[in-house]
Amino acid sequence: MWLKTWMDRLFSNNSGENSSEETQPVLPKTSPELQPASLVPGVRGNTVKAQGFSSGVLSAGWMTDVGKVRSHNEDGLFIFMGEQQSSDATPTFGLFVLADGMGGHEAGEAASALASRVVAEHLMAQVYLPLLDGQERAATQPALTEVMEDAVSRANRYVSERLPGSGTTLTSCLILDGRVFIGHVGDSRTYLHAADNAVQQLTHDHSVVSKLVEIGQLTLEEAAVHPQRNMLYRAVGQGTVLDVDVMTHSLKHGDQLLMCSDGLWGALPDKEMWRIVEEAPTVKDACTRLVAAANAAGGNDNITVIVIKIL
Amino acid sequence: MVGEKERSDKPQQGNHAKTKQTRGLSQRLRKPLSIERNLPPDLPAAELVPETAMAASSPTRDEAKDSELGTRKVSRLEARQSVPADASQPASTEGLLSEGAQLQSRYRILGRIGVGGMGAVYKAQDLRFANVQRLCAIKEMINTAPDPQVRQMIIRNFEREASILATLSHPAIPQVYDYFTEGSRSYLVQEFIHGKDLEDLLAETDGFFSESRVLDWATQLCDVLTYLHNHEPRPIIFRDLKPSNVMLDDHDRIRLVDFGIAKLFQSGEKGTMIGTEGYSPPEQYRGVAEPRGDIYALGATMHHLLSKQDPRLEPPFSFHERPIYKTNPTVSRELVDILDKALEYDINKRWGSSEELKREFMGLLGVQGKPRGETGSLIGGSVKPLWRFACEDEIRTSVAVDDDLVYVPSYDNNVYALEMETGKFVWKYPTEGGVGTSPWVSDGLVIFGSSDKVVYAVESRSGRLVWTVPTKAKIFSSPYGEFGHIFIGSDDSELYAIHLLSGRLAWTYKTDGAVRSTPIIRENTIFFACEMGMVYALTLNRDIKWRFRARRGFLSSPYVMEGLLFIGSLDWNFYALDIRSGWAAWRYRTGGPIVSTPAGWEGLIFFGSADGYFYALDAAEGRLVWRHQVGEQITSSPTVYGGNVYFGAVDGALYCLDAHSGTLRWRYQTEGPITAAPVIVDDVLYVGSMDHYVYAIPA
Repeated sequence: MWLKTWMDRLFSNNSGENSSEETQPVLPKTSPELQPASLVPGVRGNTVKAQGFSSGVLSAGWMTDVGKVRSHNEDGLFIFMGEQQSSDATPTFGLFVLADGMGGHEAGEAASALASRVVAEHLMAQVYLPLLDGQERAATQPALTEVMEDAVSRANRYVSERLPGSGTTLTSCLILDGRVFIGHVGDSRTYLHAADNAVQQLTHDHSVVSKLVEIGQLTLEEAAVHPQRNMLYRAVGQGTVLDVDVMTHSLKHGDQLLMCSDGLWGALPDKEMWRIVEEAPTVKDACTRLVAAANAAGGNDNITVIVIKIL
Repeated sequence: MVGEKERSDKPQQGNHAKTKQTRGLSQRLRKPLSIERNLPPDLPAAELVPETAMAASSPTRDEAKDSELGTRKVSRLEARQSVPADASQPASTEGLLSEGAQLQSRYRILGRIGVGGMGAVYKAQDLRFANVQRLCAIKEMINTAPDPQVRQMIIRNFEREASILATLSHPAIPQVYDYFTEGSRSYLVQEFIHGKDLEDLLAETDGFFSESRVLDWATQLCDVLTYLHNHEPRPIIFRDLKPSNVMLDDHDRIRLVDFGIAKLFQSGEKGTMIGTEGYSPPEQYRGVAEPRGDIYALGATMHHLLSKQDPRLEPPFSFHERPIYKTNPTVSRELVDILDKALEYDINKRWGSSEELKREFMGLLGVQGKPRGETGSLIGGSVKPLWRFACEDEIRTSVAVDDDLVYVPSYDNNVYALEMETGKFVWKYPTEGGVGTSPWVSDGLVIFGSSDKVVYAVESRSGRLVWTVPTKAKIFSSPYGEFGHIFIGSDDSELYAIHLLSGRLAWTYKTDGAVRSTPIIRENTIFFACEMGMVYALTLNRDIKWRFRARRGFLSSPYVMEGLLFIGSLDWNFYALDIRSGWAAWRYRTGGPIVSTPAGWEGLIFFGSADGYFYALDAAEGRLVWRHQVGEQITSSPTVYGGNVYFGAVDGALYCLDAHSGTLRWRYQTEGPITAAPVIVDDVLYVGSMDHYVYAIPA
């Protein structure tokens, strides 16, 4: 399975060491000289341009930026889109993972990086590679929301064991054919703007202030400036058992998804975010403009955004 | 001060020496509720003075908990801030007092009984009383504020609070004997309490506490709260009421410990949460602290004590979503209602005072509480059918209603046409075998299959035969019509496509097993299942789009809603498949085979299982919203109408539940199992039973 070994190489350290059969995700090295910078943008305070990729069905843009206040970028991203054009093509596939790390020193960076890699590894192995293998649909395989849940739970175990004291949010969107499957923990967000409909926040923030707003004890405005607005009651890396939110939604031509860390939604109101997306000519451009707007509003946190359009 | 702190590095803390603890937040143990915590019998039970919210439990207690549960401690996450350059040293590494040390030349330290982030709690002997062993508990608080002015302020605040505490006189409040500051450490000397706290008692006790015992504690707590809240010149708010701050002494009396005085030693961080997450009222997040907050905390504490659901392990402010009776069905409804009001998020909706609350508790102590039933009141007697019609044998499948006629399939080989309003007989059509399919009515024709292997089409008004199509085996699948064709399966394992008006066979599609489920057409695709365990998606030209294989067969029919196909299998699972690709989005496992065809409404999907439960799941998440226990197998399919869901069970009863909540509205008993789905038209429900009758009941 050449794809698997290529991925192993991509994510192992530079000495070309191969992962074991069990594909233990290797902790990323953080010293700059060993880091292939072009492959991991936005780390270590490097601000880079938005990236994009288009297949026949999906068009995605993404960008991560350290912001104007922090010295490190503790957000992590994983993007994978598969495109095949042949008579017996695999279905449309896209995997988008966003993680926002926390914890002192460099624990946040390491946690978000490790979590996003573990999730990606699990989903590629459990969903994409079998797809390429032409596996039939059967009850012997886990349902896709179960696979999403397992992926995030696995990330939780790895981060809890290897990086105790750190934590990260994790939001993952897997697009398969005309449907998105979401696995989510924390307060990074996924929004859906269906073509003929209003914008919907699909994920639930696992923050204490979000719950206070829900029960009517805080207004949205108060929550936005509350000193404990970053306090989460659920995150990856906090113990061996984790409740993962999973859900599924059908997608059609013209729908758009937006995934972002709180550096974006905390800086801009939802309406403003979507106005920027609607006005931008491409999804990649939308990302550039969103990051710029968040920075203009103060840039108090790392800003990460992924915009996906169903063509 | 911000960021992470190492916990005490005492050697015996072994396997969780690496556990980090973040400031201001409670330790959380993650465990499923079903595990009872049994601490080893050799654990020293007595001589524990509980600590502040910050402090860890004593080492042996924690080790035991950790090894028993095999899980790591979980802590909530602090605000994500970078660590400031002058981060102070964690308290625990500064060297705690050891046995034999003396304070103020008066107190000899006998041992350490607790350690926390702020310092330690010691058991000590007051040497002033030379002839006896006068024990006391000494709480040590280490002042780590870097700014000398802030340090001074903290010391002044401490001494003022300690003075106030020293004036308090109530049986539930341990006496304060002394307070002093030595260098960067402040000390509070208190009465030593011999007993155990309610958190430990919760862990050590198998099963639930009796309601009367918890009420006894609650009234004592109300008493002391009343005392504190009525204190002059200013009311004292306890602010951190929770099981670990409530001790039971050797005389089984409540003693409140830890007035949160150690919180003064958290350098005044803006918006610092004083209370412990889980038990604190929501207004504390807005910086509001008033007596009614203690009432909430008392409600939260009692909720935990009665239900054994630890609020620190659950999402915050979720008490109303986790009723006590979900884990403890013996709790009385009256007590649940009282606690619901104590736990109102809106402070103005709570009980106004601890006196008021105490009166409510006392009222319960005089009266036996009634256990809360699972369902609301039944009005079974008031449900009367409009009419009923007797066939000569069982009715196993749904009737069809069209115009003003009801078409009833019976195992007596006939299909009957009855007047909708009165149940008066209009015509019947005899076949050569029992009719176990539901008729399909359109274009003036009634179409149905029989176990005589034939598909029939008769005129709807007269019952006159129009056409027949023979198959090679019995028919139990109900027909579905669209695009001018009828689609129906047969036990000969084929799906038939028949031109509706002429009866001309258009095509058949062969599968691996008997086709007993009813086909359904959406987005120009035909979906149906076979008994060998396959779900098929066919285009109208019989091209296969996808197939899904379950572990065992399907007798139920698929239901489509919001791009997902829902179907229950004999393998006990309920599946949600993406209709375009056939990928399983989610699945839900029940306790028995599923024969019932689901129905959906407002994002919910309903079905019954042979395990005796009727389920309502969230369609997008596959998560259980509610379920209703019937106790007998449910093999029939539900129907949703007017915000209610209706279904029959093998016990012969027809149930009507509220679709949102699952509460029972009514049930109607027939004399035989109901295996058919009800059909509801114009607020009247039509259903056949295996007692040979078809009923018309007002919905």
